[in-house]
Amino acid sequence: MAQTLYDKIWQAHDVGQRIDGNSLLYIDLQLLHEVTSPQAFEGLQLANRPLWRVDANLATPDHNVPTSARELGLSGITDEVALTQVLTLDDNCKKFGVEQFDIQDVRQGIVHVVGPEQGATLPGMTIVCGDSHTSTHGAFAALAQGVGTSEVEHVMATQCLVQNKAKNFAVEVSGKLAPHVTAKDLVLAIIGRLGTAGATGHTIEYRGQAIRDLSMEGRMTLCNMSIEAGARAGLVAVDDTTIAYVKGRPFAPKGEVWDQAVAYWRTLVSDDDAVFDSVLHIDAAGIAPQVSWGTSPEMVCGIDDCVPNPEAMQDPIQAESAGHALKYMDLQPGQKMTDIKVDRVFIGSCTNARIEDLRAAAAAIQGGRIADNVKEALVVPGSGLVKAQAEKEGLADIFTQAGFLWRAAGCSMCLGMNPDQLGEGEHCASTSNRNFEGRQGYGGRTHLVSPAMAAAAAVAGHFVDVREIN
Amino acid sequence: MDAFIQLEGMTAPLDRANVDTDQIIPKQYLKSIKRTGFGDYLFDAWRFLDQGTMGMTPNERQINHEFVLNLPQYQGASILLARDNFGCGSSREHAVWALKEFGFRAVIAPSFADIFFGNCFKNGVLPIVLKAEVVEELIAKSDGEFTLRIDLESQTVVDGERAYDFAIDPALKQKMLNGMDDIDMTLEEAELIKTFEVKHKAMQPWLFRG
Repeated sequence: MAQTLYDKIWQAHDVGQRIDGNSLLYIDLQLLHEVTSPQAFEGLQLANRPLWRVDANLATPDHNVPTSARELGLSGITDEVALTQVLTLDDNCKKFGVEQFDIQDVRQGIVHVVGPEQGATLPGMTIVCGDSHTSTHGAFAALAQGVGTSEVEHVMATQCLVQNKAKNFAVEVSGKLAPHVTAKDLVLAIIGRLGTAGATGHTIEYRGQAIRDLSMEGRMTLCNMSIEAGARAGLVAVDDTTIAYVKGRPFAPKGEVWDQAVAYWRTLVSDDDAVFDSVLHIDAAGIAPQVSWGTSPEMVCGIDDCVPNPEAMQDPIQAESAGHALKYMDLQPGQKMTDIKVDRVFIGSCTNARIEDLRAAAAAIQGGRIADNVKEALVVPGSGLVKAQAEKEGLADIFTQAGFLWRAAGCSMCLGMNPDQLGEGEHCASTSNRNFEGRQGYGGRTHLVSPAMAAAAAVAGHFVDVREIN
Repeated sequence: MDAFIQLEGMTAPLDRANVDTDQIIPKQYLKSIKRTGFGDYLFDAWRFLDQGTMGMTPNERQINHEFVLNLPQYQGASILLARDNFGCGSSREHAVWALKEFGFRAVIAPSFADIFFGNCFKNGVLPIVLKAEVVEELIAKSDGEFTLRIDLESQTVVDGERAYDFAIDPALKQKMLNGMDDIDMTLEEAELIKTFEVKHKAMQPWLFRG
């Protein structure tokens, strides 16, 4: 029978049906960070259980680490509670023998940037992490899912997840994205269409010419936000772009095993006649740069649009949610998106902190400086290696000369667990993934955009259409 | 894990769709390395008017007296009635830990986000899906005296004379009824996993670094 890509990966990891009818899914890689792993390690120790497979784990601190004073290492963490979490990860990794890129390692960074960069993320893998943006790794045709801490512990102890198979969802993107319209704009437009629960219970496979045309960085951005449409995982089939990216990375196979792996990876595509439970067609050419206006990623529109009117919405629940959102965001129906002023700018996160993102952001500055009304513009590379690369390419200088702050790697203001946070009522042009109430700081107002849109907003002091400044 | 067999309790209505886990438990409380201590911070930005930090007790906070869970009639509620897509967003299990510690043992909604739904079953909190119109009716009835009886064995939510059936995965049901430990259950099948692993390594040797 014809299979989807998801069906194939599932089948290759299906340990067998358990006595109770559920499936055991074998997990090839678990990524660990300081925030959702301590309780799992503790559970393991209390029950006196070993890690099932030490070599299937890789750790790095990312969520709460400060992005300044990195040269001080652990002493740079002034928040004692955060420090305890980072030290706990250090201890646990030592105790259990797990490889960790610690805070002083140049390879440290956001788990979802580090895994692919190191070649730890490989096509056809099953990957989990106690973080919902694990879906990022689906860009490599890896079935990657976010899990809660109990499941982190379960995978540590058994190398398996107990799971029922999800349904198949095809998002078919035809045509070509317009110049300066990126994977971020594409995924925001998709979420706008699907809604925040539109793909619940499904694994999304992104298909079509526009997807094939994306770089691996773009595909990671796309898969990263699958969870914002409710899907636990997103996938892109293997092609030359995938294989070229993986080749030569530190953890990737070498020599004869490489050839053997590539031969297998080439099979990681949906069969031509595979059937999907749901399909969404979208034309890439019609997508404008996107800006979110509300407090859920589905509340998004083109930069050339206006803030919508909740009263004009058909669905009463949607109208009520939009009403709440506009009040929180302090926006008026009909207001032009380009009239929204920004107080802070954040370029970073597992969605958009890779080298390609920083290049796009730097290019959008066009010799300008951050506007007077912008209190702070942060650039936080996704990993120490991305940071080094950007410095080598001269991007860091472009940012700092324009008045941006150039920081060390971490999740930073995406979730504001570290000192990088929005103040109450501040509007932020952010390349992150969630615009939930208070996400980036108490009372903060997040607008999700692409890296180029964020950088352009920093210079203009309000949102602008990057297609027009170029 | 605590078993869940029956629950008779008062309902509290949370009349909002797409409640995300950042609202259920904000990030500043995720710095704990424990599974406990989150109940005081449930729906923190909605229950309180000031910005909280870890370690603060509710006595030190400015209470938002308008928020539904602070209304006197809903004190002691153990069943939360919610709208569509409850628990969306971050995978933080802390959201379930906070709900449970606050006193909720069941959440009834027309739909849930996947990761949150799964996390509930790891902690003896029962997520129940009922039709939107039924949830609507139960929300309308929730006046602080309204109670429901949930019986997991018969898969029913009982409102006086009326009983609403709900569906549940049979394996999850058994696990909840018996309060079984997931890891123990899986380790009973360790041989199956080991056999698979040998085959898997032969097929994709590059997945094994050790």
